[in-house]
Amino acid sequence: MNPAIEVSELSFSYGRRAVLDRVSFAVERGAMLGILGPNGSGKTTLLKILSGVLRPAGGVNLAGKKIASYGRRELSRLCAVVQQEPQIHFPYTAAEIVLMGRASHHGALALEGRKDLEVARASMALTDSLAFADRYLHELSGGEKQRVLIARALAQEPQILLLDEPSAFLDLKHQLQVFELLRRLNRERGLTIVAALHDLNLAAFFFPRLVLLREGTIYRDGAPIQVLTEQTIEEVYGIRVRVDLTPANREAQLSIRFLP
Amino acid sequence: MKVLDRRKMLLVNGALLALLLLSVIASAIFGPVRLDLAEALRSPFSADPNAEIFFRARLPRVLLGAAIGGGMAVCGVVLQALLGNPLACPQMLGVSGGASLGGILGLIFFPHWLLPVAGGLLGEISWTPLAAFLGALISMMLVYRFSLFHGRLHPYHLLLSGVIFNSFIAALIMFLNSIVDFYQAQGLLFWLMGSLSTRAYLTVAFIWAYIVCGFLWLWAKGVSLNLITMGEEAALQLGVETGALQRQVFVASSLMIGAMVSVSGMIGFIGLMIPHVMRLIVGSDHRLLLPASFLAGGIFLCWADTLARVVLAPAELPVGIITAFFGGPFFLYLLYREGRRKPAL
Repeated sequence: MNPAIEVSELSFSYGRRAVLDRVSFAVERGAMLGILGPNGSGKTTLLKILSGVLRPAGGVNLAGKKIASYGRRELSRLCAVVQQEPQIHFPYTAAEIVLMGRASHHGALALEGRKDLEVARASMALTDSLAFADRYLHELSGGEKQRVLIARALAQEPQILLLDEPSAFLDLKHQLQVFELLRRLNRERGLTIVAALHDLNLAAFFFPRLVLLREGTIYRDGAPIQVLTEQTIEEVYGIRVRVDLTPANREAQLSIRFLP
Repeated sequence: MKVLDRRKMLLVNGALLALLLLSVIASAIFGPVRLDLAEALRSPFSADPNAEIFFRARLPRVLLGAAIGGGMAVCGVVLQALLGNPLACPQMLGVSGGASLGGILGLIFFPHWLLPVAGGLLGEISWTPLAAFLGALISMMLVYRFSLFHGRLHPYHLLLSGVIFNSFIAALIMFLNSIVDFYQAQGLLFWLMGSLSTRAYLTVAFIWAYIVCGFLWLWAKGVSLNLITMGEEAALQLGVETGALQRQVFVASSLMIGAMVSVSGMIGFIGLMIPHVMRLIVGSDHRLLLPASFLAGGIFLCWADTLARVVLAPAELPVGIITAFFGGPFFLYLLYREGRRKPAL
């Protein structure tokens, strides 16, 4: 079977400024991948390319087909995105926002049918956001908003879920909830998940495989223990840390402490 | 989970449609001269003064008002979505300025030219609206050209070039206004302030057909308009070809605004106010918001024009004064509310 995402020799630049330089990696179906790297290392650009917002000449296959060969609606049924801090200037309720995820499933003129409503309700139940379905999005807290946006992405019934720093703006408890939800979706539904991440500890804890970007190239690609070492972190982020391995529950875990 | 269903669509639009029909009839009854509706309906085509006033003097004007009010409101809704700015309105597009300039040039250079329709069988229409519409088309193309950013229509550039284009045109209009003689200047000013006075059912029928077509076309984009208010990136990811949508909505609303300004001058504030009021009442879903705004805009302009006809009777106020009188404070209220809202929005 073809991998969900196949990136080969992908380069991209905004005008003359190169952002990605010959990046190659593949994500198997049902896998979970975290993308790490400092600001400006190309994480967000990479996600925008994978979701079809930016269209480079080539180098990306989704589910075995060139990404450029997908129509917008088709692509939106295959691949959903949870954006970082979207700007929404109009008063929509949480339910209306989630139902927008169904737009590529129902007709352009039509109202949502029973199936659309069922999927939307199930997505909201999964993300624990049914309780505020009828409240306006701008009345919700950062964590609640994030859950609504994840529900919208799930309502698209995608095979691939992309997230751009899903835990930014969330407090610790909500961060953990979001990551636990992602892990559950990955395990129970076989959803392929790729997320750009900031928090190294959370990334190491929840993601079995990490890609570390540095100035538009892949610096390391592998399990957390291989990717996040004292040496790589110092070289990519320019900070000194101490990495402790704690073999609890048989799974090797690592914790990163920042040194003064 | 409350969602938009067929029942709500029918209920809201049905109620508004009934209200619009009532408003049309009622505002054709109100006026400086009292009339007897029963008398007018008994013999619509006779020379009876009641029938004459109701069918020939007032009804075409009221019907024109309903169409223009509806069209302006619809354009306001879609431009706010397109520009991602709840404070956008039809005047911002530059097309209205172009139409005004065209109309003014028409009024100055060939004020008495009349164009016979169908060899004069269907009456004559003035050149002014045609000149105005030509101005609208030219300005639409110019604004479009200046709003391209890396080959794509860019909302922010559209907003800027529209506003700048309009103020440039405003200067030209001021200039023309100051070089013509006093009586002409008076006429120009009156035309600019907007008026719905017409006796020609032909114009009314044409404008209705034109606006209804534009409205239906935009209504069909309802779902995509919902998605584009999520931001361009999100809209792309949710399945909208945003570039095409932006082009189509820009051209459709420009053509509508151009025609409306050509016929009735720039009647402001409806396109700003009605979408906001309707969002508060029926929500932001464009599948319902568009028809509801269309009907509500028609209702509002019917009554604004009735006020314009009666407050200084037998003299008439330009209806633009009435809409601005209600619309201006409303706009300030919106800004005030926006300022007090949670910054999270």
